[in-house]
Amino acid sequence: MGLFRMPSLGADMEAGTLTEWLIATGDRVARGDVVAVVETQKGAIEVECFEEGRVERLLAEPGRELPVGTPLALILAEGEVVPPPEAEPEAEPGTVAPAAAAPVPPPPRRGAVAASPAARRRAAELGLDLALLTGSGPGGVVVLADVERAAPAAQPQPAAEMHQAIAAAMTRSKREIPHFYLTQTLDIQPVQDWLAAHNATVPPERRLLLGALLLHAVALAAARAKVLNGRYENGRFQRADRVNPGLVVALRGGGLVVPALIGAETMTPEQTMAGMRDLVARARAGRLRSSEITGGTITVSALGDTGAEAMSAVIFPPQVAIVGIGAPQRRPWVVGDAVVPRQVVTLTVSADHRVADGRQVARFIEDIATELRSYEAP
Amino acid sequence: MTKDQIRTAFLTALTQVAPDLDAAAVSDDDHLQQDLELDSMDILNLVAALHRDLGVDIPELDYPRIATPGLAVAYLAERLG
Repeated sequence: MGLFRMPSLGADMEAGTLTEWLIATGDRVARGDVVAVVETQKGAIEVECFEEGRVERLLAEPGRELPVGTPLALILAEGEVVPPPEAEPEAEPGTVAPAAAAPVPPPPRRGAVAASPAARRRAAELGLDLALLTGSGPGGVVVLADVERAAPAAQPQPAAEMHQAIAAAMTRSKREIPHFYLTQTLDIQPVQDWLAAHNATVPPERRLLLGALLLHAVALAAARAKVLNGRYENGRFQRADRVNPGLVVALRGGGLVVPALIGAETMTPEQTMAGMRDLVARARAGRLRSSEITGGTITVSALGDTGAEAMSAVIFPPQVAIVGIGAPQRRPWVVGDAVVPRQVVTLTVSADHRVADGRQVARFIEDIATELRSYEAP
Repeated sequence: MTKDQIRTAFLTALTQVAPDLDAAAVSDDDHLQQDLELDSMDILNLVAALHRDLGVDIPELDYPRIATPGLAVAYLAERLG
């Protein structure tokens, strides 16, 4: 028997609002199935279950804010029967007793209302039902503008809550993690030349971005690193087998989300690009999964095409490293014995000194540089 | 296609890529990256959408020519003409 509970989607999360069920009583579920949508300070998240079996009972109704750990559904494995009531007080006292004792809630509306995270958050603030709004986004997705149109005048800042969540996580990080930083500027002219030549021969759908090649190189290097890819929890570091780099995605209208690209160390540059494209699209449309929110093992934050040349980033706990990538710059560079103009990019790795030392981070940066040297100008 | 039709098609592609933009509030002189905050991924998705919708394959070297909706409409009219 398994109780599916309100998950913790980050150390700073205390409660979440169940927005909708994507399962009903009697449904079969498998490990990894998306079963519910939960609204958090990070936006709407598709939550996966880690149980296998049949949904015996839904214990919580959409629309309520519930503490992390609250049982949401009872899932029985093949051949199991409903346990007697006294087997259930696993539930924290006071949190769900009424819901658990209540009859099975009415069958939920099947099919989610597609909405962007900003739209969901705003609609919740205003107490508007998303299902009653007409979506003007692609495929009828409800976007922020639709909610604002339906909103009464005068509203607080929609991104304020997300900023609070980011502030809490970053404050904790700087308080608890002894950060140190190593920086190196790399000549990426051959990578840029390779990329320009590649992209000139393929249609837009198959073009690659520099960001994907950098992420790919970081993932391969992270897979070799002994201490930078993983989590620091309960006073010790646990290295992760897979490399799930979190990608910092800025949302228009404010805020950041950091979904992880699961298993990036096994991907080709093309697969990395496709994965990034999918993650960014779903981050903006409010369709990230819980495993993507919680599964990060290292983070990559890139400033984009133009702007500042370097960034010393703050580690996302419980991870132990983050790679800050500045915008590419054209700079005088020594190649052979000549000074020539080259495209360069500056990487800054922030690492947790409880776990790593400078030598290990230097090695990591060297491994990234080696990966990038595999691209040769045509 | 008339310029108005091209403009409509461009704004449709733009709001698909950036659903939180309000097409009515986008002006011809808005810079896609600086003013509308599109990043390189958004620009690539926009170029892919224009390829799909209008059949115009915009090479990377021409990206500066679609830097604003006004520039883009003129460029697309030239390519379609």
